[in-house]
Amino acid sequence: MSAPRRDYAYWIGFVVVVALLWAAPLVLPGSWGRFATEILIWGLLAMSSDILIGYTGMVSFGHSVFFGLGMYGAAAALLSVKPPNLWLALAYGLVAAAVVSAFVAYFATRLREIYFSITTLVFSQIFYVIIFTWTEVTGGENGLTFSQPPLSFLGLYSARFTPTTLHWFVLAVVVISFLLLRRITQSPFGKVLQSIRENEPRTRAIGYSVERYKIVAVMLSGLFAGLSGILYALQNKFAAPDFVFFVISGEVVIFNVMGGMGTLVGPVAGAAFFFLLREGLSRYFTEYYLIPVGIIFTAMVIFMPQGILGFLRRRLNA
Amino acid sequence: MAIPFDQILIQTVTGLVNGMILALVASGLTLIFGIMDVVNFAHGDLVMLGAFVGATTVAVTGSFWLGLLIAAVTLAVFGAAIQITTLRPLLGRDPLTTILATFGISLVLQKYAIWQWGPSARQIVEPISGQFQLFYLQYPWYRILTALLSASIIGALYLFLKFGKYGIWIRATTQDRVMAAAMGIPVPLVHTTVFAIGAAMAAASGVLFGPLGGVTQNMGFDFTLRAFIVVVVGGMGNLGGSILAAIFISLLEAYASLVVSPAQAVIVSFVALILTLLIRPTGLFVPTPK
Amino acid sequence: MLLRLEDVQTYYGKSHILHGVSLEVQPGEVVGLLGRNGVGKSTTLKTIAGIVRPAAGQVTFEGKPVAGLPPYRLAHLGIAWVPEDRRVFRLLTVLENLRTGLERPGVSEAQKSALLDKVYAYFPVLAERRSQAGGTLSGGEQQMLAIARAMMLEPKIILLDEPTEGLMPRMVSLIRDIVQRLRQDGVAILLVEQNVPLTLDATSRCYIMEKGAVQYHAPSAELKNNHAVIRQYLGV
Repeated sequence: MSAPRRDYAYWIGFVVVVALLWAAPLVLPGSWGRFATEILIWGLLAMSSDILIGYTGMVSFGHSVFFGLGMYGAAAALLSVKPPNLWLALAYGLVAAAVVSAFVAYFATRLREIYFSITTLVFSQIFYVIIFTWTEVTGGENGLTFSQPPLSFLGLYSARFTPTTLHWFVLAVVVISFLLLRRITQSPFGKVLQSIRENEPRTRAIGYSVERYKIVAVMLSGLFAGLSGILYALQNKFAAPDFVFFVISGEVVIFNVMGGMGTLVGPVAGAAFFFLLREGLSRYFTEYYLIPVGIIFTAMVIFMPQGILGFLRRRLNA
Repeated sequence: MAIPFDQILIQTVTGLVNGMILALVASGLTLIFGIMDVVNFAHGDLVMLGAFVGATTVAVTGSFWLGLLIAAVTLAVFGAAIQITTLRPLLGRDPLTTILATFGISLVLQKYAIWQWGPSARQIVEPISGQFQLFYLQYPWYRILTALLSASIIGALYLFLKFGKYGIWIRATTQDRVMAAAMGIPVPLVHTTVFAIGAAMAAASGVLFGPLGGVTQNMGFDFTLRAFIVVVVGGMGNLGGSILAAIFISLLEAYASLVVSPAQAVIVSFVALILTLLIRPTGLFVPTPK
Repeated sequence: MLLRLEDVQTYYGKSHILHGVSLEVQPGEVVGLLGRNGVGKSTTLKTIAGIVRPAAGQVTFEGKPVAGLPPYRLAHLGIAWVPEDRRVFRLLTVLENLRTGLERPGVSEAQKSALLDKVYAYFPVLAERRSQAGGTLSGGEQQMLAIARAMMLEPKIILLDEPTEGLMPRMVSLIRDIVQRLRQDGVAILLVEQNVPLTLDATSRCYIMEKGAVQYHAPSAELKNNHAVIRQYLGV
């Protein structure tokens, strides 16, 4: 297929998927609608992680911290400012995520590979411990609950969210994020990131300041991860330290690897695949569904490191 | 705010004891990394499984020592099986892939433990009860025994590596696996054996830790995290460094818990890691690289 | 026929290094492999030793096909590899280095003792330094250790990759002597070298490689006088 035609097919596919997602809460029964919204949110988180793991070649084991800080940031806005304001929640959450990203970026980016991964893990644990034990501010173990802000524009229009309209809001945010991220990864900046992943010493030798690019990549990744945390907070009206705990970071890595790193779309598919696997396998394995999922994941790391999407792509191109 | 001197001394003893158990875990991890570039994310879960196997054995036979032995042997075999099926195919790929693969294994092992032993915690009864007077505290003899046992196991490992033919095989393979193979050393077998040894040491730590901290399904992650920190601070692949680092970090945490809660004291080890990576990334206890 | 290569093709990743190498070595022969830098001589030795797998072609040792076998199997069959950078185990003592080759199944303690004595007789300086770490030895001593280590395998053939590289002239003649003594012991040697006069002296015949394949082959005595060929393939 020639390039313009392939592009054409890509965008048609894109529109179809978005349309399906838009229709989801209207056609799917109750909890499946919420499920669709959640997949979008985790998909955004997975996309953010892909910037690092798929495009720059840096595996983050601490993405939960960006997600969690976005969540708690939004909580802070919704609890401290009355009446609760949607845009303020977004702002607070993004600022919180940005601060943590800057922090992590500063310390972790000069470290090679495994050390970077271990450090991101350790950082997220530091924040977990702080959040868990600083009960006066963060609600400690129990977290914080708050009410959902209405969708409001400049004081002119205001309406409470319904699950359906919230879904559409989340969809809009995720789609815009996807388009933005896609733009960025295909820009010269994105190309440099990929060059760093392919061959860091050579990229440095050519003259690029690798550290700066990595720092920006971490911040970008952290911001969008924080955004997904904000969306989660909006949907579920609570913030809890569990979301800063490693398990979330681990799941993100699973989404990335299973879906296909370096494709943006892949990790979203990976998230969907994971949740569907969970739904399906829970029937037979109940709460032990993670055993077959873990086995599948490990097998994919060994035999299908390019993920489902990479695998399909190879098949379709052949 | 002055802290009474005997409290500091008690924390020193506690730090040393905890440090020895941690050293046992970390030695296995660093040995594995040094020889086959595998960052074993599931190492803490091997500790956990060892503890469970030990707990079950002790419950059935009444003997702590049998529990220790059976746990070590079982996990050695199990570890070898994991290495052969999952890690051998990954030899030569970058360490990040091994971290991902062992992460997957860790998931499976954690849930398997719940499936096999149920969600409730287990107990291991300590083999020697009784306490002695350490300042104003009644200090359990068992704690001292743990430190001695850990030290002995590590000592035995050291002797094994230093003398004897297999020790030479292991050290040669760690330094240059291609040349070792060219000298007729069966490198794949050496890799599997070292992984098994690491798993056995992890299992032993789990059983030793049992009477102190209980046997729970999620103790694995905590051990993995601590062991990672120790191995990095001590210098990856450096056995002596890991032992020193384990003691160092445990002492820091013990002293920190005089001032903050134990849950917060762990931050001390996190900070130690970050400082090490910033200032002396090859390891705090490693001689300056030439 | 001890060793034979037929049309061996080897790649490093995507680089096609060996484009069909064919050669043979008889038991007890000392054969030279000459050629400019980068022509594939080391890769040929590595392919024989099992360090790299050939993509095509045959490698036969004592009549059995061995291409693709792992290096430790080939070591047990009698192929010893002495690499270009020596690669002594820096943190092991001299004795421990030797023991990596000595500790093999089917060798009695008496035999091991005898082997060690023999090698210490060849290389007295190693006997002196037996408890020193390999990394503390000088370049020449490390080369001796690498060869001694290979001898511990009681090999039928030793693949010697540029043993005189970086060594003082005094050491070069020592190497020549060692090659002689090894030949007297009945050990075949495939010698890769940049030092052409030494090679022509020490070997009975030579292969000359260019562009990843053997281009010329002649008895060493004949080659000594064939300045044209030497200039063509080995001249700067």
